[in-house]
Amino acid sequence: MRSIERSLDKFHEAGIRPVAISVDTPAESLNLSKQAGYSFTILSDPNTEVIKRYDLLHAGAGIKGNDVARPAEFLLDSKGTVRWINLTENYWVRARPEQILEAAKLLK
Amino acid sequence: MKKFNWQIWAAFLLSLFAFLSYPLLFVRFPVTRDFPWANLLFFVIALALMLFGLRRAFASDRAHPLRSKISGGILATLSLAILGGFVFTVFIWARLMPASHGAPQVGQQAPDFTLADTTGRRVSLSELLSTPVKDSALPQGVLLIFYRGYW
Repeated sequence: MRSIERSLDKFHEAGIRPVAISVDTPAESLNLSKQAGYSFTILSDPNTEVIKRYDLLHAGAGIKGNDVARPAEFLLDSKGTVRWINLTENYWVRARPEQILEAAKLLK
Repeated sequence: MKKFNWQIWAAFLLSLFAFLSYPLLFVRFPVTRDFPWANLLFFVIALALMLFGLRRAFASDRAHPLRSKISGGILATLSLAILGGFVFTVFIWARLMPASHGAPQVGQQAPDFTLADTTGRRVSLSELLSTPVKDSALPQGVLLIFYRGYW
């Protein structure tokens, strides 16, 4: 997400709105975005409602043994249709901004 | 005369650095993150130093007392444990993730949802897709990033 923030201008130029989702409460997310300087939208899904609907639940993987989301990225067009997906198989390895911006060219 | 066996200590500290520098530093850069070659390189140097230091500690001269052999053995074991921990964390633990067969596929409609943002305001996906992203221009798209969370 650090790399997303660094490339935020490029995302906005491409008309892409990054939105992050986790099980953190709004207060925890606010804390994170303040500390890390994130200015994109962060949403809270503490009951893993949406995470389950997207089949991204990683049961018991949180620090307190709670359920969390497995990392994943979806690029949607303006109609909400999925145009690109990255379901990483390695916790450390996420989509690079360049990859996503390349995929964003499909939307035009 | 007692000689300080610096190689073994350097090897131990270097293995510690090789482990910690991955989450704290090298994970920030895709080139050192996708494959942890920089960290593995530090581990190789640490192992070389360790072998060198152990050879000195266990050499059959009298310069190195038993104490040096014991501390050398302990530090070597700890360094190997750190290497093992690194290999587990980066190559095994990081991949212990459930497969996601039911995630929306390319071409499918992303399920709509309404969730609270950091101010507690409820925001829906359709709202995110239809609110200007920059200079009153409507968004071309939304990038949903699911992550494990801060805590």
